[in-house]
Amino acid sequence: MQTPQILRVLALAASVSIPVFSAMAEGEIPVGEFASLTGASASFGQSSHKGTELAVEQINAAGGVLGKKIRLITEDDQSQAGQPATIVRKLISQDKVVAILGEVASSKSLEAAPICQQNKIPMISPASTNPKVTEVGDYIFRVCFIDPFQGTVMSKFARGKGWKKIAVLTDVKQDYSVGLAEFFVKDILANGGEIVREQKYSTGDKDFKPQLTSIKAAQPDAIFVPGYYGEVSLIAKQAKLLGIKVPLLGGDGWVGDSLLKVAGKSLDGSFFSSHFSASDKAEKVQNFVSKFKAKYGEVPDDMAALGYDSAMILADAMRRAGTTESAALRDAIAGTKGFDAVTGMITLDANRNASKSAVILSIGNGGFEFVESVQP
Amino acid sequence: MRRLNPKILLILAVVLAAVANVFSSSINPYYYDILITIGINIILAVSLNLVIGYTGQFSLGHAGFMAVGAYFSAWVTLNFGFVLGATVPATTTVYVLALASGGLVAAATGLLVGVPSLRLRGDYLAIVTLGFSEIIKGVIQNAEPLGAQRGLGGIVQHTDIFWTFTGVALAVYGILALVHSTYGSGFLAVRDDEIAAEAMGINTTKYKVLAFVIGAFFAGLAGGLYAHFKQFIHPEGFNFLKSVDIVVMVILGGMGSTAGVCLAAVILTILPELLRAVSDYPWLPEPVRNLADNRMILYSVLLIVLMLNRPQGLFGKLNFGSRKS
Repeated sequence: MQTPQILRVLALAASVSIPVFSAMAEGEIPVGEFASLTGASASFGQSSHKGTELAVEQINAAGGVLGKKIRLITEDDQSQAGQPATIVRKLISQDKVVAILGEVASSKSLEAAPICQQNKIPMISPASTNPKVTEVGDYIFRVCFIDPFQGTVMSKFARGKGWKKIAVLTDVKQDYSVGLAEFFVKDILANGGEIVREQKYSTGDKDFKPQLTSIKAAQPDAIFVPGYYGEVSLIAKQAKLLGIKVPLLGGDGWVGDSLLKVAGKSLDGSFFSSHFSASDKAEKVQNFVSKFKAKYGEVPDDMAALGYDSAMILADAMRRAGTTESAALRDAIAGTKGFDAVTGMITLDANRNASKSAVILSIGNGGFEFVESVQP
Repeated sequence: MRRLNPKILLILAVVLAAVANVFSSSINPYYYDILITIGINIILAVSLNLVIGYTGQFSLGHAGFMAVGAYFSAWVTLNFGFVLGATVPATTTVYVLALASGGLVAAATGLLVGVPSLRLRGDYLAIVTLGFSEIIKGVIQNAEPLGAQRGLGGIVQHTDIFWTFTGVALAVYGILALVHSTYGSGFLAVRDDEIAAEAMGINTTKYKVLAFVIGAFFAGLAGGLYAHFKQFIHPEGFNFLKSVDIVVMVILGGMGSTAGVCLAAVILTILPELLRAVSDYPWLPEPVRNLADNRMILYSVLLIVLMLNRPQGLFGKLNFGSRKS
């Protein structure tokens, strides 16, 4: 038996495992962040992390909060279930963070939330849209809108355009899609509109011609397709082939690299709702976009903007609370009202969800174009 | 060397777990989390070792059985948690019943998977078990009462050091006692030479299915412990990658070496967590500290180094009690 090698391994493990107490500099406020920096949802996690990082940098450059600088401690959860619980325990017990920012994916936020709640550490999720996340407890917040809201936004937009006869094509496999469709239909019917056809598909489907043929026969003014970009791009393509000329409407699930690559020009003239648009001309937004470009050399997306806002709202709450003590900080975050963020005016409601505007984007010329902001 | 009676060791381990449990409130919650994860991973690795290491059947579906145990036991405590009352003994009874039933349902699933698929060997069996675990995941993703794609939350935390390490003791003792018994030699015979074993009158199919069922039982038990520790379970937590993690523990530990597999489970659980702190170690050269952002690369490199140095596993064929198997 080659004992020396085992001993070497063990010695290495032992030497590394001596706990290192990173000296907590006086005058620093530790804030934790957990994100999927690697793994399946790394592109979302990286984006939101960059936004958060930029926000903290700006806050500190402007003198910090309460006379102290914020120290952001970021941990990677590898997009793996089981990791967020461990990391959040680390951030709370070892790094003694006063608040936690994260995650984009609702399933990760749902895992971390009970632990934050038990330890009474405020947690602000940048982009978890599942309603259940903030239902975990009164220390859990989010700065994005929830799924049902987007459905209402699109129906308002459709009514504004004077479209009366609408067809709906729902992805029954996705809660997200079903939720958006439900609230969309409710609002259309309540305002004298008509749902001329309701069709369904499942994630992973490739052929949508039967559903689209049926929809075409109903002669709608527009078709609401609240799915994810993978299927939506195929739906758009096949709709074009079948000679459907009316616009498609959708939600933030449309945002994805391959949407336009697959759909080509067939989505031109369609609209979808989202959190943020880099082509929004508002000064606040343009300021953020140029700072982000200067630091990372890329245009910020929704997740980056939401990550940025989550940190900004936390800093604002710290200033108003005048302390980082958990109960006072929680109350201050809950009291956020009309905060002028890059993703819109944010007010946190009684259920700790953000009530804010959504942006409508149109598709054309191989890109997205900002159309308008819709208030809740 | 006179060996201690394994049964006494088992009792000692349980007593030790009970004593350690008394001090659990003074353990840093982060270390506590890692400790429980180590325990759960040991159960998973040791039970998969029975299938891969001792019986020689390559399975890539262990996370699927873990999912069955996790979801079933969580479903039991969520629906019947307070049937016997809200007192501690009553909820504990329900918890133990939930763990046991989770294990049994996982074992039944193991039987269901094992009987048709164990006609296959090697790569084919690996693919079939992978397929079955994906089916289990797919069923959960579509089961509304189990939270479907949203995940299942609101599970009461009940798993502590005592229950986890009692589970570890049971798994290690149970599997060692089994493979070291006269009856258990059949597992090794199937692994070493299936045709010869058959010629000697050993019912190879029965042994293979049995290994599968027992392995699935302990995986289900680990799943139950996991669900009642993390309080939230999601189908993606039991995906192909989780199965591979467990397989890596078995291979790194040395197939058929329970002690090695236990050590591998410990190392592979602690290593990624240790690497989190790499950027805080002042004595490391700058480039290495910068690598901390890419700690999974570092982790993979260390895995490769370990594998190159110890292709036969950490302990080779050495086992608890140092009897060669």
